[in-house]
Amino acid sequence: MALSADGWMLPVVDEDGEGFWEGTLAGELRMQACGSCGAMRFPPRPMCPRCQSTERLWQRVSGQATLWSFVVAHPPLLPAYAAIAPYPVVVVSLVEDPRLRLVGNVLDTPDGPINQVDPATLRIGEPLGVVFAPMVGQDGTEIAVPRWLRSSPVNGS
Amino acid sequence: MSNPKDPGASSRAGLLRDATAIVGIAATPFAKHLEPTEAELACQAIVDACADAGVHPSEIDALCSYTMEETEEIEIARNVGCGEVTFFSRIGYGGGAGCGTVGHAAMAVATGQAEVAVAWRSRKRGSGPRPWTNTSSQLRVPGQWTRPFGLLRPVDEIAMLTRRYMHEYGATRDHLANIAIAVRKHANRNPAAIMHDRPMSREDYMDARWVSEPLCLFDNCLETDGALACVVVSAERARDLRQPPVYIHAFAQGLPPEHQTMVNYFCDDPLTGPAWACARRLWANADFGPQDVDVAQIYDAFTPLILLSLEGYGFVERGEAPSFSDGGNLEWPGGALPVNTSGGGLSEAYIHGFNLIAEGVRQMRGTSTSQVDGAETCLVTSGEGVPTSALLLRR
Ligand SMILES: [Zn+2]
Repeated sequence: MALSADGWMLPVVDEDGEGFWEGTLAGELRMQACGSCGAMRFPPRPMCPRCQSTERLWQRVSGQATLWSFVVAHPPLLPAYAAIAPYPVVVVSLVEDPRLRLVGNVLDTPDGPINQVDPATLRIGEPLGVVFAPMVGQDGTEIAVPRWLRSSPVNGS
Repeated sequence: MSNPKDPGASSRAGLLRDATAIVGIAATPFAKHLEPTEAELACQAIVDACADAGVHPSEIDALCSYTMEETEEIEIARNVGCGEVTFFSRIGYGGGAGCGTVGHAAMAVATGQAEVAVAWRSRKRGSGPRPWTNTSSQLRVPGQWTRPFGLLRPVDEIAMLTRRYMHEYGATRDHLANIAIAVRKHANRNPAAIMHDRPMSREDYMDARWVSEPLCLFDNCLETDGALACVVVSAERARDLRQPPVYIHAFAQGLPPEHQTMVNYFCDDPLTGPAWACARRLWANADFGPQDVDVAQIYDAFTPLILLSLEGYGFVERGEAPSFSDGGNLEWPGGALPVNTSGGGLSEAYIHGFNLIAEGVRQMRGTSTSQVDGAETCLVTSGEGVPTSALLLRR
């Protein structure tokens, strides 16, 4: 079970996702790409569904995205989440390929809480840029999760 | 669906058509809390379904259920007194499995692997904890891509698709209310429904608390204890039994490209989900089309799944389900396509969609509490947004 000390759910990193989470810890958004045909895919997996190659690599992307959809979660929720509800959760679409979509949270400031943005102001299609929020697990494991800023610095800068 | 590489495919597609029939159904009472265990409820539903059919439980030789079903085949067999069971199968993906269990039962009988097949679901979802509160089971793939961001519950996952759907097609909360109200009206006519005595107005819907915007409380299914079962035999055997046979005309399952269960955000076109893949096979194997369906039981863990399914199964074009839901089109008695005539998962009971199968059978027998006059065909579907399944029933 991976929870932070204050009860946030943390990703359990597996073999497929390792490169992604290494990237976020280094301050880079990386997509898995096929080593044979070059197609990027998400979520990461062992085989390319287009050309069946198991060659794969991690490719840094711009971190620029647009808002694809969002919800506003209200209780009942897990305790840490209920305490800050309501909060928006979004799906973003990467500019490199709009079919590459990630679940995340929108912020106004890079280290803001995930309930920072007024959901009434969210607009599907609005531009967003990635930032990374450091988290620490109960066992001391460090991880960084991507968040999406309404006006963002360039990825990895 | 003719395949130049396999010319025999189209003739084999007819093998299942009307070859088997549902001859017995049964349900336990539905309640927020029932005393008996899931195993006892399952066995009772199966024995009662056999009695409804007029077959003895010792004749059961095939058992089909959900991978999420807690009562194993050996428990069923040694409780209800099965003889030699020669076919058993489980279908995955929660609410996507329902029609699949009956479809596998039909295939087992049609191919001679068994003669009396039972499909069932027993669940104490009302008494038990909400599955999403178990954090240790949540963070495997694809949980690492969703849970850390606070997308915790099934309702959040479907709300995400719903917002996008509303954005693309101009659907509003009024369209979701159309669904909730239609299904509730049907429950109000069904004494077995949890919401039998609870009418719901449009104001009630609009005033309900949010759960995950754009979805409110009444966009969510019930949390129910209960069990259901049905018995499938060959069409020949069915003609000698006590109930009028309800023929399984066609059956399909559906798993579209690059699908992720419940979070179908990672494919080319997330608003054409598993229903679309399932529907293409279903209609290809049927003698009739969506325009010939008299009544439908559509999986409704959440109201928007009915909009997605109406499009996926071809009742309307893409994006047209919201306007189709206007004007009482989904309501008994006058609607163009009455749906979920027992109250469905939203207002009768939520037993992973198995009550939709039982209601489909009642409509074909002519015994629904919201009986569609002269109904001869019924579509029953399982979960949309997960790998799914569907049945076409006919009298
Ligand atoms: Zn490839």
